[in-house]
Amino acid sequence: MSHVSFTVNGERRQLDIDTRTTLLDALREHLHLTGSKKGCDHGQCGACTALVNGRRINTCLSLAVMHEGDEVTTIEGLGKPGDLHPMQAAFVKHDGYQCGYCTPGQICSSVAVLKEIEAGIPSHVSADLNAKPGVTAEEIRERMSGNICRCGAYSNIVEAISEVAGSQA
Amino acid sequence: MKPFTYERARSPAEAAAAAARTPGAKFIAGGTNLLDLMKLQIETPGHLIDVNGLALDKIEATAEGGLRIGALVRNTDLAADERVRRDYGVLSRALLAGASGQLRNKATTGGNLLQRTRCPYFYDTNQPCNKRQPGSGCAAIGGYSRQLAVIGSSEACIATHPGDMSIAMRALDAVVETVKPDGTARAIPIAEFHRLPGDTPQIETALEQGEFITAVVLPKPAGGTHIYRKVRDRASYAYALVSVAAIVQRDGTARVAIGGVAHKPWRVEAAEAEIPRGAKAAAAAIMAGARPTHDNAFKVTLVERTLGAVLAEARS
Ligand SMILES: Cc1cc2nc3c(=O)[nH]c(=O)nc-3n(C[C@H](O)[C@H](O)[C@H](O)COP(=O)(O)OP(=O)(O)OC[C@H]3O[C@@H](n4cnc5c(N)ncnc54)[C@H](O)[C@@H]3O)c2cc1C
Ligand code: SF4
Ligand code: FES
Ligand code: FES
Repeated sequence: MSHVSFTVNGERRQLDIDTRTTLLDALREHLHLTGSKKGCDHGQCGACTALVNGRRINTCLSLAVMHEGDEVTTIEGLGKPGDLHPMQAAFVKHDGYQCGYCTPGQICSSVAVLKEIEAGIPSHVSADLNAKPGVTAEEIRERMSGNICRCGAYSNIVEAISEVAGSQA
Repeated sequence: MKPFTYERARSPAEAAAAAARTPGAKFIAGGTNLLDLMKLQIETPGHLIDVNGLALDKIEATAEGGLRIGALVRNTDLAADERVRRDYGVLSRALLAGASGQLRNKATTGGNLLQRTRCPYFYDTNQPCNKRQPGSGCAAIGGYSRQLAVIGSSEACIATHPGDMSIAMRALDAVVETVKPDGTARAIPIAEFHRLPGDTPQIETALEQGEFITAVVLPKPAGGTHIYRKVRDRASYAYALVSVAAIVQRDGTARVAIGGVAHKPWRVEAAEAEIPRGAKAAAAAIMAGARPTHDNAFKVTLVERTLGAVLAEARS
């Protein structure tokens, strides 16, 4: 057993947990924040994506004890029914899901993708490494490739993200 | 996962000493490869030394005009660094071609160098595998070997090093800096860092027990056109079948390292004299002695074609 304390969605949390507990299991099983999903548990699907200190990671490939002092934001922390985050609202508007299982990960990832583009971080499809990347559908698709959707809602997801990007510009 | 104890390292030298002192100890950085393998009980460390608190997350200019990349610099930050984008574009490109945005945010420079093979039989604990269990045999030889090595392999193992970053680092002549458990530091040229499998495929690098990577040093910029071309089964988020990291100069000379074909980044300096004569001659020299399997003979042709595409792109 090991002790860890971190902030989740603005609230300070303390846990005494087995060292083997992943951040994903800590969120779901210990803190009962079941928005983050377990798809593959091996970094391959993105369903577990959450923001840690503002950056998106796969919470299934990280140990909870490695997050002492960190700030974690899950889908529950982005917005709530009646007070949705713009990205959540855009996913609803554009039908960016079917079963919804991948959706919390898709939304957390999308929010981070727009920040990454804003910060000038290039991607595999950026033509010029030294220019500021644009918010094109091609860029969004490449940057979202770590989030798999078994239902194939991809085109609507790209529309939702593009709309939020457009309204931020 | 098997149970393990956990500590946070306070300095690189202490981390190395602790790793040598504690049987079954491993460092954990981003955790994106180690935890994956621990869940499958392919790796079963009894003790983890978390190195994330060490201040090795900076990229600094060296006196020689190059860059020293701390071992904990995340793949995202390395790819996005202004100096790397400008002077070492092949490295940015290789990083951005690997894994996903989420994984690159966690993956570290040191951990990326040490990522283990993606051989499907290495991952399947029901199968014999000399790398996972020395002496048990190799299920890949005679098995499904489409993704595996075509050159430098042995009777014991035909696995590849799966990474992208290290292929660019090989073309750039990077140097890996380490600290050993007795506190001494050393510098290992990237050419000598990864090993061929021989009859000990479980030994993948030149690192000694407990030796800790502190940084990777890039020599001063080589100029030229930097290209990383990765050929894979889907356009994103897949490992390379073949990749080419190239730095091509105006006079047509080039440095080229190949990924996806061997147990280490594959570069044959002597063959680079052939590059101005074209991809066919160069690829024949680089891949001389290739011993593909029935499933992966296409990779030899793919190296020639990918190199051809890269040289054409450099000329245009
Ligand atoms: C779904 C998926 C897709 C991927 N696709 C790609 C891809 O396309 N291309 C690619 O290149 N990679 C790919 N990767 C692999 C990824 O790049 C590696 O997992 C990552 O780079 C490992 O870095 P880490 O810091 O997380 O290492 P860790 O998992 O923390 O460590 C890996 C190993 O290195 C050791 N170690 C770590 N740091 C040090 C140090 N400083 N000194 C000594 N030993 C150390 C650890 O003990 C461990 O044995 C993929 C991974 C996943 C899960
Ligand atoms: S190729 Fe190497 S890693 Fe794959 S099964 Fe054979 S010994 Fe194991
Ligand atoms: S559950 Fe984490 S990536 Fe699939
Ligand atoms: S909506 Fe069903 S997996 Fe994406």
